[in-house]
This record gives sequence, C-alpha cells and structure tokens, in this order.
Amino acid sequence: MVDALKPPKRKDPLRYTRLPLAPPGARSRAALRFTARAAEGRLMLQQCEACGAFAYPPRDICGGCWSDELRWRDIPPEGKLLAETTLHASTNVYFRERLPWRIGSVKLAAGPVVLAHLHGDVREGDDVRIIARTDKSGQGVLMALPAKETENMSDDKALRALTCDPKFRRVLVTDVRTPLGQAVVRAALTAGASKVFLGVAREWTPFAGREALYALENTEVTPLDVTDGTSVSEAASSIGGKVDILINTAQYARPGTAMARRDVVTARDEMEVNFFGAMRLLQAFGPAMRGRGADGENSAVAWVNLLSVYALSNWPAYGVNAATQAAAHSLSQSARADFAGSGVKVVNVFHGPLDDEEHQPLPPPKVTPMALASGIMTALKEGVEQSFVGDIARDIAERWREDPGLLERELTLTKNLE
Amino acid sequence: MSLLETLSGAVMSGAVRTIDLTHTLDPDFPVLVLPPEFGQCQPFRIEEVSRYDERGPAWYWRNFSCNEHTGTHFDAPIHWVTGKDLPHSSVDTIDPAAFIRPACVLDFSKEVAKNADFVLTADHIKAWEKTHGAIPAGSWVLFRTDWSKRSGEEYLNLKEDGAHSPGPDAGAIRYLINERDVIGFGVETIGTDAGQGGHFDPPYPAHTLLHGAGRYGLQCLKNLDQLPPKGAVIISPPLKIKHGSGSPLRVLALVEGK
Amino acid sequence: MGNRAHRKGYDGVVVTAPVTIPYERYSPKPAHWWIGRALKTLSTRSKLEAKDIDGLSVSSFTLFPDTAVALTQHFGLSPRWLDHIPMGGASGVVALRRAARAVAAGDVEVVACVAGDANHVNSFRNTLTAFSRFSQDASYPYGSGGPNASFALMTRNYMNAYGVTREDFGRICVAQRVNALSFPHALMKKPLSMTDYLGARAVADPVHLFDCVMPCAGAEGFLVMREENARALGLPFARILSTTERHNAFPDDPIQYRGGWALDKDEFWAMAGVSPDAVDLFETYDDYPVIVMMQIEDLGFCGKGEAAEFVRSRALTVDGDFPHNTSGGQLSVGQAGAAGGYLGLVEAVRQLTGEALGAQVENAKIAAVSGFGMINFDRGLCTAAAVLVSGGGDG
Repeated sequence: MVDALKPPKRKDPLRYTRLPLAPPGARSRAALRFTARAAEGRLMLQQCEACGAFAYPPRDICGGCWSDELRWRDIPPEGKLLAETTLHASTNVYFRERLPWRIGSVKLAAGPVVLAHLHGDVREGDDVRIIARTDKSGQGVLMALPAKETENMSDDKALRALTCDPKFRRVLVTDVRTPLGQAVVRAALTAGASKVFLGVAREWTPFAGREALYALENTEVTPLDVTDGTSVSEAASSIGGKVDILINTAQYARPGTAMARRDVVTARDEMEVNFFGAMRLLQAFGPAMRGRGADGENSAVAWVNLLSVYALSNWPAYGVNAATQAAAHSLSQSARADFAGSGVKVVNVFHGPLDDEEHQPLPPPKVTPMALASGIMTALKEGVEQSFVGDIARDIAERWREDPGLLERELTLTKNLE
Repeated sequence: MSLLETLSGAVMSGAVRTIDLTHTLDPDFPVLVLPPEFGQCQPFRIEEVSRYDERGPAWYWRNFSCNEHTGTHFDAPIHWVTGKDLPHSSVDTIDPAAFIRPACVLDFSKEVAKNADFVLTADHIKAWEKTHGAIPAGSWVLFRTDWSKRSGEEYLNLKEDGAHSPGPDAGAIRYLINERDVIGFGVETIGTDAGQGGHFDPPYPAHTLLHGAGRYGLQCLKNLDQLPPKGAVIISPPLKIKHGSGSPLRVLALVEGK
Repeated sequence: MGNRAHRKGYDGVVVTAPVTIPYERYSPKPAHWWIGRALKTLSTRSKLEAKDIDGLSVSSFTLFPDTAVALTQHFGLSPRWLDHIPMGGASGVVALRRAARAVAAGDVEVVACVAGDANHVNSFRNTLTAFSRFSQDASYPYGSGGPNASFALMTRNYMNAYGVTREDFGRICVAQRVNALSFPHALMKKPLSMTDYLGARAVADPVHLFDCVMPCAGAEGFLVMREENARALGLPFARILSTTERHNAFPDDPIQYRGGWALDKDEFWAMAGVSPDAVDLFETYDDYPVIVMMQIEDLGFCGKGEAAEFVRSRALTVDGDFPHNTSGGQLSVGQAGAAGGYLGLVEAVRQLTGEALGAQVENAKIAAVSGFGMINFDRGLCTAAAVLVSGGGDG
C-alpha cells in the first residue's frame, strides 16, 4: 500500500524553488501519435491491417510482414509485470531528483512487451492495468497500475507525476458567478483541493448562490474580471504564486450566426471573455505557474480550458459563439507550447450546450453544470489533456474524428438547428 | 478688464473655485446592467500599448474603450427613441453654448438616506423654489442625493426586482420642462431615472420626456455637496462623436467665493 | 530455398598488429584524434605507410557529423575498400570478418580496422540521447538515461529464470579485476573482492556498481592482411578459423535471455573445426555480467541456464582453467565506446601472438571472441563471434 499523501507544509520562503525539469521528450513522428492518444487517456497501439500483429515501439512498417498499413487501435489495458527494476542512478536530471524510481517490463495482453513506470503497489508477476498518459515532458508514456483499486492509490508519486490530482492543491476558479463556476468550486473541494480561489467579476452586482458559496470553507474570494486586464493582473499579483490548478470557467455564449445578428457588439463581448479573457489569464497567471511546475507535492499542474465542442466544427445555432470558441481552442494549442516542459498540462475539457439560462431554448441532452464539473475533476485526476464531457460532446468528437468534412456538412447543411 | 479676463483671473486666484463633478474612468466603475438577451453597456477598459519598453521605448500610451454611457456621462436627446427625430440631437450637433450653463442643486440627500427609492415630484421642486426662488430658464437641475458616496454593490443597489435608486416621476420632469424650461437634469446615480423607473408612467419618465423635449442628461456626477443651491456654472462639453448618443466627459462646476 | 552454401574459410588471411591507445576517463580530444592515433600506431608497428593501407574499417559513436568517408580525407588515405561499422560491441568481430573476406577475395591488400571514441565530460549523455529511435521513443522516457535499466530487467529476468545469484555474477567481475591488475591500460587499478562487489551501491536493481562499465575515451585497432604480407613485415599474427554474426535474433522472446549465437553455434564450431573444449581463452563482451553468461551458454561452453554453475566450477583468471577476459574486460579496463567492441579481439590476438601486455595465458593456441552490441529499446540486437588460432610463426 502506498503511503497516504500528507498535506504539504507551508513553503519555507528561504528555500530554493525546485525548477521544472522534464523527462526525455524527444520522439519520432510515429511515437507522437501515441502521445496524442495518451493525452486523451487512450491506450492505443499500432495494429497491422495485413497480419494483425500489434507493434511497439511505434513504427512505420510492420515488423511481421512489412506492410505499411498500421492502424492505431485501442487495446485492452491488461498486462503482466514480467520483471522490474528500481533505478538508483540516472543520467537524466529529472529522474535524478526523483530516485529511486521503479520501472518494469510488462507483457501486454495484446502481445508486445513494453517498458512502463510502476505504481508502488505492483509487484513482479502481478497482473497489471496499463494506462497511457503524458508525462512532464508532454510526451506519452505507459504506467502499470494495480489491476484492482488499492488504498491511497492516486497518492503514488509516479502516478501523481502523470496526473493533475486536485488533492492538496490550490485551485483558481476564474468565474464563480454562474452555476457552472459554483459547481466547479464544490467539485474541486470534494476532490481534495486545499483551497479554492473564487474569481468574482463585477462585485458591484449580486449573483445567485453567492451567500452559500462564500460560506464554504477553504475558499477565498478574489476579484477577477477576465475582460479587464487590470483586474486580471491585480489578481495574479495577489494569488498568482499560489495557483496550482487554474480552471477558466468564464464563458460568454449567445445564439446566432453572423447574419442572424446585426452587429459585432455581442461577438466582441464573447471574444472579450472567451478569447481575450483566456489570453489575459495566460499572460498574468501563466508565467508563475510555468515556474512552479515542480514546486513540491502541490506544484502547479494544470491549466483547464472549458471549450464548446463546437470549437471543433461550427454549429450555426450558436455560430458566432462557436467561432470565438474555435479561437479559444486555437489559443489553447499555442498555450501548450507556452507550457511545454514546465510540468503544467493544458487540459481542454470540451462540452456540449450547458443546461443553463443561456441555452434555455435548446432541447436535451444538455450537460448540467454538476456533470461538467465532475468531468473536469475526472480529467484532472486521470491526468488527461483532452476530455469530452456529456453525450453531445462525445458524439460530436466521435464524428469529428471520423470525418471533419462530413461533420461540417452535417452541422451546416441540415436544417435541424432547432 | 473684459468679462472673460475677470473670470479667468478669478478662476486663477481661487475667487472662483473649480469643482470636479467627475468620477475617474475606472474599469471597475459600475455600468448599467441590462437583461442578458439585450446588448450590454461596455465598461471602461484599458489596454497598454507601450510603456517605455520594447513596444515603444520613450513613450507610454494606452487604448481605451467604453460605451457612450460609461462613467460620468452626458445623454443627448438622440439617446432615447422619443428624441430620435429632433434636430441637433446628437453630441456632435448640439449648440456648444449649451455646454456652459448655470445650475440649481436640489438637495434631497436626507430623504434618500432614508429611502433609496425616493421619488422626486413636482411638489418637491416647488417646495425647493419657495426657499431658493424659481429655477431660471436654461439651467441644469442637479438632483443631489449623495448617491455618489456609495460604492461597490450599493451603487447599483440591485435586488431581485431590479435596481433601487432615487429618481424623478413624470410630473417633476414635465414641470421642469414645461414650467421652467431647464436645459437638462443631472444625477449622481447611473441613470436620470429611478432604479424602478421602468414601472413609472410613462416608463423611464426622465429619459422619455427630457429627450423627447430636446433636453439633456448628466449621470454619475459627484461632489454635488460642494455646490451652492444656486449660482454654480456647469461646464460639460461631451466628446464630439459623430452621431453620438452621449459621451463620457469631464464635468466641472465654477463656484464663486470661499 | 535449398541447403545453405558451404562457407569458405579465411585461408591465407591473418589478423595482426593489435594496438591500444591508452584509455582516459575524460578527455577533451575528439574521436578523430583517438582513431588517428590508432592508425599512426598501426603504421609504426607494421612500417606500412598511408599508400600501403588500401582498406579502412572504422567504428565510432562520436564521429558525428563525420563517418569513415570524411576520415579518408582527414587522414590522407586513398583506400579502395572502406567500411563503417556501427555495431557497438559487435564491431570488432564484424570488422574482422568483413575485412578478412575482402582480403581473401583480393579486393584489398591491407585493411586497418580501428575503433575509437571520445569521452568529454558530457558526451556519454549526449551519445545516449541520440542512440536509437526505439530507445528514444520507448526506453529513455522511463528514466535510466542509458542501458542500465534494460540490462537490469534482463538480469532480473535471467536470475528469476535460472536461479542465478548476484554472487554468481560477482565471480565474473572479481576474476576480471584480477586479470586487469596486470594489464597496464586498465583504468581500474584496485583489487575487487567479492565483499566489495556485493556491497556496492545499487544502480538499477539488481545491477550494482561493479556490474557496470565505466565510459572512457580510447581506441583499439588491428590489421588484416594476407599471411605472406604479415610474414614479409615480420608481424606475428593469428589466423581466423570461424566467424559468425546475427542481428535481432529471437525477437519474440519477451525479455532477452539469449543472443544470436545460439542460432548459429553449430555452424560456427563446425566451420572452426574445433569444439568449445579446445578453446584456451575466451574474450566475451562484458558490458554487464549477465551478457557474459549468455555468451558462455549460447556459444556452447555449457547448456542454457548453466552458466552460473559453470562460473562457480571454473577459474576465470588468466592462470585459471577457463581464462576469460584476460585483460580485465571493459568492466575493469573501461568502455571506450565502440573500442569496447574491439577490446576482446585485440586482447585475443595479443595472447595468441605471445604479446600480452599483462599476464600471458600459457600455451594459448585457440581463442574464442564474441561481441554483443546496440541495445535498442529493450535488448541488444547485434551478436558476433570468432575463433582465432595462433599463427604459430614468428613472422
């Protein structure tokens, strides 16, 4: 059994902050595909279309029959730990700081033998559950977990290096005026966050749920309006050094295409929140988080963007809004480069229309604030960088992966915009 | 000495004091909030362009953006549908002489302190005139409520049934237009109408009647407590915005003596 | 496909002029210097000049961006036969067998075979991070920053499978240190006891400090030519009885526990015309002792899984009944990059020609040399071996 994580002590202000270092991050193009899937938490290997053999490490030609028809397929996450070793030395500075470090050879049920990080509760000869995740370099790696849940399982240090577990971390929820923001606050506290900063814009207007929210323990109100650069930088100078997880719940959504609207005023408002707001947050909070990617048990670990799934392909019912979401999505991709090597993951949580006032005329299925909040926490605990929450988001994502061009026509040519 | 030399000399010597009636343009200063389905008033926003840095080594300057009705601002007749067809009804076409006018300051701060929903009526105005004399034609009537001393949430004073702040009823406005021919009505609150003015008859009587009669509004004023009931001169030229419905502006009052 | 063709021997071809450029733990000198000094030493020993050396075979990890091609211009050579062998620990044997074939066929008269590598304070880590795509993609991200972890897993698996203990591996390491103490170029100069061995710090469990080689800079070389040329030059020599190479053998073994030697050993010994019993000394590639055990087994000195018992029952020192890695091997001399793949072969030629720099194996007539190289992701891919016999002549 892994020892339960202890609440981190307050930082000794005289001690050097451990700089973020990364495991080796060089990869072939084929291995980058593995990374791309691992970022979604998917365990995929190449399978040869011609002979059916699974391949590992990723390659360009089947080692069995020389076919180049290798398809990435989800594989069962099962394997057996054949042999293990505990590293007590490493030429890599990231691992040198984390020794001893256990790794092992795992025979996958799908066939290949892989090298994997080991959870503290697995032993040689054990059946294990294999996960694929991105590590602090942002690249995909494999880890062997106990086949069944064990006590304090998520506290394992090797696993915690791959996840963004909110436990004992400090979370900034950028906008708590909405039911979504409030659901995220509660979910973060339930997930073990040691503190949640409540970002409140326009404190000069009341909002529903405020009293109950402010009464929650381990929360701290922080004036924060993402449309106001001054407000964002003031908030960052006040709490920026303490934010381990930033969840940007500020959203602005109005219906309509360009021609259904008479002006760009509302679109500007949407951009101010959805795009420029995200950008202001990145500029104000990003650098400090990037510098704290290895700062102890409660290191900075995740930058969470909530994005409409229609960022991937426009839905004309909320056509202009989807365009602003696409801009925000693109910005999140450039943020991946900003955070590369820092140990802070950019986590994009895609969702369909929320079950809130702004989407009141839409028929179900809609994703409730509670469900989205819970989806965010799951993504953080699992350490995935991309997650689709709710039926609509999963459906759109599936169709987008299958054929983006077809999805575009389906969404824009059919008249079922309702 | 000419009249103006005398005036400017008095301003410089302090014999005529200059009172600033303007709130600082601040991103965090409240703006009018409408239901989400309507277009919204943009708050004051600032983006730095350079500050003696790689974006501009020797100079500091910023872009700002806001609504025509952000901060301390001027309402032109064209702002309201009742004034849309009047001549010279936008800020760029108003006779500039209108921007320098005397003011009568009606102090109802004690009443408002007791009742945020205080409604100014014609009778209140007549009572004031008994003490201070009739309001001269062409004057600004400034409604002193000390509301500008409120901050944060208390300023809009929003409840579940909307804002609660003082304002005039239709009778008061009709009296000022028809009986006193004022140039406009100025307030310390975010609008010339009461917070609950939408429920008055007609709704928003200040906006509806003043602008329909070609009169102006001044909102979000402060320091009215430093003005005498009569005798101050208001300097309030809005920015010359083409077809402008209003404009943030610096409002100054000239006050004689002390 | 029908039966395999009968393999021709290497009649009339010899290996001679074994040279070593003494190793240094760290040196600012580049690989070009080390290889060039080896070439110069070969020339001095053989009295051959650039114009006489018409073949060159080079192995090195640290020549980048150069290859053997650029070295011809750097060294003023105009060879008519040129080879660059990137096989790490298998390089020596493979260079030998290719050169010997070319000499036998008359394509070339004299081949200078040289391996050398630099070791700057930073170059070991740099070499590791650019070693292979599979290692880059699937091995380095897990932390060891080198082959230690892969060999640790192999060692663990081998120990589990055959009941081998650390002490069994220790016998190999301790005996090699005894051999190294008389070898002037060995970087390890202190005796190593079994207690020292067992008490050393863990590197990657079960691999401990004395299971690992020490990277260093150095070069090794030899000449391959026709016997009549060697005689004319007065160079003592060894003949080549048999060679073999095999790459990526047994790819389906989940964890490597045997090498390509096992696939070809019958043919190998048949070509040599001798059996393992006839071998007077055995030079293995010893980057980790578990690999030594695999070579002992897979080349037929004992059955699979019996190497531990073999090393328990035999004396592995120069004066023992199974002289093994007689100069101390890489574990005690140091691992000079690709030159590590030449170390055993150069030592074997010295022993067979009576030129040992350290202790001489008495009456050394027949030597077996094997090589193992290029850990790729989880296993070593290149295996090679040769049987040499003393030329018997005095030049």
